[in-house]
Amino acid sequence: MSMVIDASQMDPTFADQIAAEPGGEHIRRCFACGTCTASCPVREVTERYNPRRIIRMAVLGLREAVLSSDFVWLCSTCYSCYERCPQDVRITELMHAIKNVAVREGYIHPSFRVQVDLLRQHGRLYDITGFENEKRVEQGLPAIVERAEDFGKIFAATGLDTLVQPEEKGVD
Amino acid sequence: MRYALYLGCTAPVRAMNYELAARHTASRLGIELVDINDFGCCGFPLKSVHHEAALLLSARNLALAEEQGLDICALCSSCTGTLAEANHALQNEELRERVNEELETTTGRRYNGAIRVRHLARVLYEEVGPERIQEAVTVDLSGLRLAAHYGCHYLKPNDVHDGFDDPENPHSLDQLIEALGAASIYYEGREQCCGGGILGADEETALALPHLKLERVVAAGADALVVICPFCDIMYELQQRRIEKLYEARYNLPVVFYPQLLGLAMGLSADKVGLPLNRVKSRKLMEIAR
Repeated sequence: MSMVIDASQMDPTFADQIAAEPGGEHIRRCFACGTCTASCPVREVTERYNPRRIIRMAVLGLREAVLSSDFVWLCSTCYSCYERCPQDVRITELMHAIKNVAVREGYIHPSFRVQVDLLRQHGRLYDITGFENEKRVEQGLPAIVERAEDFGKIFAATGLDTLVQPEEKGVD
Repeated sequence: MRYALYLGCTAPVRAMNYELAARHTASRLGIELVDINDFGCCGFPLKSVHHEAALLLSARNLALAEEQGLDICALCSSCTGTLAEANHALQNEELRERVNEELETTTGRRYNGAIRVRHLARVLYEEVGPERIQEAVTVDLSGLRLAAHYGCHYLKPNDVHDGFDDPENPHSLDQLIEALGAASIYYEGREQCCGGGILGADEETALALPHLKLERVVAAGADALVVICPFCDIMYELQQRRIEKLYEARYNLPVVFYPQLLGLAMGLSADKVGLPLNRVKSRKLMEIAR
C-alpha cells in the first residue's frame, strides 16, 4: 500500500455504510486518540493490526484498502479497546461490522468460510463422530447428537447460504 | 440451583477434563446441570461474517433454555459472551420481535427474553460463593502458586455481564483460587487475551500472544496457569509444544481448569476431575490427587 493517499480512492459514503451496519453505529465518534491501539494485545505482537489506523482509513473512505485487507481479520475480539474507548466507539463491534460489509462485497477470510461450512454441516465448530462419542462415553459423559437442520434453514433464510457458498470460489 | 448446561462446541471435544470436573464439582455443590441435546453453536464465529445469522443462532439457544424454564450456565467464555450479548440486545422488544419472526419461520421457536446467561465461574462465585467453597475444601492446596487467566469474554463487554467483577482489575477468579487455600500470584499482563480468536486467520500472529503469557507466567514462578475457557486452554496447553518449538523455549507449564482444582480440593479423584487428560502433567497436582 502506498503511503500517499490518493483522494480519488476516497469514498465519502463508506463511513455511513459502516454506521448503518449493526455494531458500526458509533464510527464517527472516533477522535483518533489511540487508546484502542495502546490497549490492543494483537498490536503488541504485530504492526499489521492497528485499530486506530483502520478506523481512520474507514472514516477517510478508503473502502477497497480496508475491505480487501487481511488486517481487518486480525482482531482477536478481546474487547479491551471496547472497554477503554473514551468515545464509546465500540470498536470490537465496529470491526465485526466492517467484516460483515467485507463479506458482502466478496472478501471473506478462508478460515471463516471453513467455519461457515462446519456449522452448515454439523451445527458445531467441531464435528461429533463416533470416535468422539466413544471417548465421551468412556469418560462417563453423555453422547452428543448433532442437530444441523436448523442451521441450514437459518443460513438459507438470512441469505448467508448464497453469500458464503459451500464450494471454494471467489476467495480473496 | 438449576441450570441448562451449555457445553458449546469446544469443551465437549477438546476439553473433556473441564467438562468432567465441572459436572462432578457442580453436583457436589448442589448445582443441578441439565443437558439440552438441541443446543448448537452459540453464533460466535458468525459475528464476523453475518450479524443477523449470528444473532439467530444465539436466539435459538436462548429459546431452547427458556422452553425448559432454565437459565444458562456455560463452560466457554466466548459462548458466555456471545449468548449474554445477544440476550442483552434481545431485551429490546422491537429487535426481539424481528428476530422472533425469523426464528419462528426457520426453527418454530420464539424467545421471550426471560432467561439469564452465566459462566460457570460466575455461578461458583456469586451463587455458591468463596466462603461455602472454602468450607467444602478437604484437601490442602496451600503449597500451590497459581496464575489466574481470566480471558476476555468472561467479563467483556462488561455491560452485557451486568457489570460483574471489574474487567480492568478482576478479582473473582483470584478469590475462587484462594478459597481453595492456594496462592493466586500476580504476573505481568494478567488481562492479556489468549489469541484464540485469530488462530484460524493467522496462526503465527495468534501464537505470539500465548507465547508472551507463557513467558510471563513462568517468570513469575507459577506451578500452573488456571483457565476457565476451553479455547484459552487450546492456546496455552494444546499449542504449548508448538510455541516452544517456534520460539526455541521450554515452558512445561501445566494448564488446569478451575473446576479441576476445586474438585481436587474437595477430595475428588484424579479421574473425576479429568486430570489424566491434561497434556502438560503437573507432578504437584498428581501428588495432591493421591
